[in-house]
Amino acid sequence: MRFNVLEHQLVPEHRLVAEEDADRVLKALKITRDQLPKIRKSDPVIQVLEKIEGPIEEGRIIRVTRVSGTAGVSEAYRLVIGR
Amino acid sequence: MMGSMRGVTKRIQSIKFALLSPDEIRRMSATKIITADTYDDDGFPIDMGLMDSHLGVIEPGLRCKTCGGKVDDCPGHFGHIDLAMPVIHVGYVKDIKKLLQATCRKCGRLLLTRQQAQEYMAEMEQVEELGGDVTEVGFVTKETAREAQKRQRCPHCGEEQGKVTLDKPTTFREDGHKLTPKEVRERLERIPNEDLRVLGMNPEVARPEWMVLTALLVPPVTVRPSITLESGDRSEDDLTHKLVDVLRINQRLRENRDAGAPQLIVEDLWELLQYHVTTYFDNQTSGIPPARHRSGRPLKTLVQRLKGKEGRFRSNLSGKRVNFSARTVISPDPILSINEVGVPVEAARELTVPVHVQAYNQEIVKQWVKRGPTPLGLLGEYAPGVNYVIRPDGRRIRVTEKNAEVVAEAVEVGYTVERQLVDGDIVLFNRQPSLHRMSMMGHEVRVMPHKTFRFNLAVCPPYNADFDGDEMNLHVLQSEEARAEARVLMRVQEHILSPRFGGPVIGGIHDHITGAFLLTHKESKFTREEVTFILSKIDIRDLPPPDVKKGGKEFWSGKALFSAILPKNLSMTFKSSIAPKGDIGLKELKEEDSLVVIKDGVVASGTIDENAVGAFKGKIVDKLARDYGPDAARVFIDKATKMAIGAIMIRGFTTGIDDEDIPEEAKKQIADSLKTAIEKVEGLVESYKRGELEQMPGRSLEETLEVEAMKILGRARDLAGQVAGKHLGIENSAVIMARSGARGSMLNLSQMAGSIGQQAVRGERLSRGYWNRTLPHFKKGDLGAEAKGFVKSSYKSGLHPTEYFFHAMGGREGLVDTAVRTSRSGYMQRRLINALEDLKVKEDGTVRNTADTIIQFKFGEDGVDPSRSVQGRAVDIDDILQDVLGEEPSWKERLREQEMASYGLTEKDMYVEISEEEVEVEEEEPPSEE
Repeated sequence: MRFNVLEHQLVPEHRLVAEEDADRVLKALKITRDQLPKIRKSDPVIQVLEKIEGPIEEGRIIRVTRVSGTAGVSEAYRLVIGR
Repeated sequence: MMGSMRGVTKRIQSIKFALLSPDEIRRMSATKIITADTYDDDGFPIDMGLMDSHLGVIEPGLRCKTCGGKVDDCPGHFGHIDLAMPVIHVGYVKDIKKLLQATCRKCGRLLLTRQQAQEYMAEMEQVEELGGDVTEVGFVTKETAREAQKRQRCPHCGEEQGKVTLDKPTTFREDGHKLTPKEVRERLERIPNEDLRVLGMNPEVARPEWMVLTALLVPPVTVRPSITLESGDRSEDDLTHKLVDVLRINQRLRENRDAGAPQLIVEDLWELLQYHVTTYFDNQTSGIPPARHRSGRPLKTLVQRLKGKEGRFRSNLSGKRVNFSARTVISPDPILSINEVGVPVEAARELTVPVHVQAYNQEIVKQWVKRGPTPLGLLGEYAPGVNYVIRPDGRRIRVTEKNAEVVAEAVEVGYTVERQLVDGDIVLFNRQPSLHRMSMMGHEVRVMPHKTFRFNLAVCPPYNADFDGDEMNLHVLQSEEARAEARVLMRVQEHILSPRFGGPVIGGIHDHITGAFLLTHKESKFTREEVTFILSKIDIRDLPPPDVKKGGKEFWSGKALFSAILPKNLSMTFKSSIAPKGDIGLKELKEEDSLVVIKDGVVASGTIDENAVGAFKGKIVDKLARDYGPDAARVFIDKATKMAIGAIMIRGFTTGIDDEDIPEEAKKQIADSLKTAIEKVEGLVESYKRGELEQMPGRSLEETLEVEAMKILGRARDLAGQVAGKHLGIENSAVIMARSGARGSMLNLSQMAGSIGQQAVRGERLSRGYWNRTLPHFKKGDLGAEAKGFVKSSYKSGLHPTEYFFHAMGGREGLVDTAVRTSRSGYMQRRLINALEDLKVKEDGTVRNTADTIIQFKFGEDGVDPSRSVQGRAVDIDDILQDVLGEEPSWKERLREQEMASYGLTEKDMYVEISEEEVEVEEEEPPSEE
């Protein structure tokens, strides 16, 4: 890896949500998987995460934790999709 | 899925586009068209002509020969023209090119081995399986075609491939030889079905040879109706004109070909036919001259009907014209509440509200109807009449003076009457460009004489309106739900706080601020007569006790008068707009009377000005709207502005150029300081020429000189302004306006009284014009202040000719900038709105699109509505602390103050001006820069 994007200050924290927790997340949000925003497997962040967590299949969920001046800490989720 | 929550909304699953085959064209055709003539001498449509009555009816009374329907029953029917020779369809040239390049010139097979083809096919199927949409499948087929085009030799028959090029718009060449449409068609015919599938085409509905036309579909006459002019002449639609051209050339081509005319002539006619068919589809095809009407106007053909702002989509489908609306010039009326709009009687008589007749209102409605369409009240004033009575079966009866009595008798429960506007009706009021939600707000009607719409001046800022000829639109709501929504959500008072920056957009402007200043600055005093005059503008009946008694006379302080309209428990502290800039002590603030302290609804100190009541900045307006609700804020704005106007009327207020008069010695002082600055620049230039100038890091020597010179001259102008400012006291009208925030700035004043300063283009001193100099008045290579656009004079003293020219150069840049900015930001806004228009915040706080997928997990990531927040936060902790712990303002307030100042909000920043006329642009292409 030439450069770890996750270490860049403008890139928020991305974490793979364990498959056991995925349903809990979806339940809390009262949504189905397809209603989540998407992230491509080819996204640099996923490339990095794969280096850490091993291969990430489509359909897995990523938690994005952002820190902002107005909102404090906010959590968002992404669904991994192909290509 | 949450399908059950979606109600009755239906989703389009898929749309399929296909090509029309010549067979299908002939099958759907009601008649073949062979003659270019339209009507015979008696004015009847000629059979097998372009207006054949098999194609539908446009004249009332006639019947369609195909379906037998009358004008509104018959939808119209297509006809067709059999083309003598095939022509290429302009809309498909790109696809034809792709196909010709990707297939063999001899055997027509795709230029890929069987294995390659299978691989691409599999990839395509995989993408489809994973729910890839049309664009994604398109990427695969594009890749397939690109791969096939690379191959020089056919893998199936071994034929060497030529290079197919497209000579725009419709001529194909192979290795320089022209391919006739006929040859192109033959090649396309040879492509086998299974190879087409690999390229993403479904051969069952779209065989490629159908892209080369042998039959042309003729649209029904209902699509291209002819209009009969008053003189009795017929005027044909542009499409009909174009079809006439096609038919004529088609006929000549056929005759010449059949008569065995020379190849050259046939080819020329063939090309002409291609031209006509091409322009019939798209009259703006690049590379060919547009077909024109006899008058020289380019014809509007099929593509032109659909495309662009005036096209079918943007003009007729995305936008619709409405009834129950009015438009006229606007003018100000400070007496009206901010919630109101003055509507001219003439407009009120036309605009109506439907009233459903029920048992409870039957009698009164009958009375209304009986009065006819133009009733007057007892004093001859406006009274609402009824224009139409609608029976339960939907028939509309126009009410006239004559039939009013009769119609009124017939009115029963179940009827609807269209009643004219009355005071208090809620309407929508709008000024374009509608960039805001505040560009369209709900107002309460006040029917008034004269012919303009009138509204309170405090509402100018959200509409960005002035009265130099602006016009506005008014819409009358037609349903109970709409009126309820408008009243609750859209009324002006609900929009005092803007969601853009969480502050007030409605508030005092210009004279309101000057007036408030005059009313409250320092120890302003008013006599009994003056106080009664001011208070008569608002409904305060009881004179408050006088503040001062002097020599047997009573006086009231302006601050006490202003306090009369504040809520009794209001306490706040802030700096006035007139406060000196920078971090200053309490003492100086007090000296200028610029620390506003309000305790329990009484102004204890400070001047009320822009920072208190102004639009965008008014702290009192802000706090009232936030803590006391929109009703209180509306009442306050109404009263404060009226009171301010009362105050300004008592003192009188005017400004002229002599407000910028400064003493002789000040002028001399300014001249001296400017001279020193110019000499300093001179010295700088000298040292630059001698090579002694010290280079700044990261800058060249020339840049260093420029930066230094700009710095010195900028300072010189500021100094001149300061000197001039010293002689312009707070009693000066122009200064009052600038300092209180009513209009203009101290910079404007210093440019009038002191010096205009350095002119710049692109942030640099002026340098272009002649060879090595700006104007022939200077020596070549002169780098001095005057030679590069420094204007010593003031607006008041007048400019020297060279200065005038420099000033015009600088001024031009400003104009160009706004012109460029408006067009570009308008286009950006359009694209943003198209992308965001159907996003919505759901009950659970998430932002979702119409497919119910999440866009944001919490609105704005924090779920805070900016118009209900305090500086972006949901709660104002300072305020609560102050409330709970009692008053302790100064230092805390001052911190807040500075924070606010760092936002640097000014009225100018509030608006990105966007020109009325939106730039005409293609969907995907940004406007070209010129």
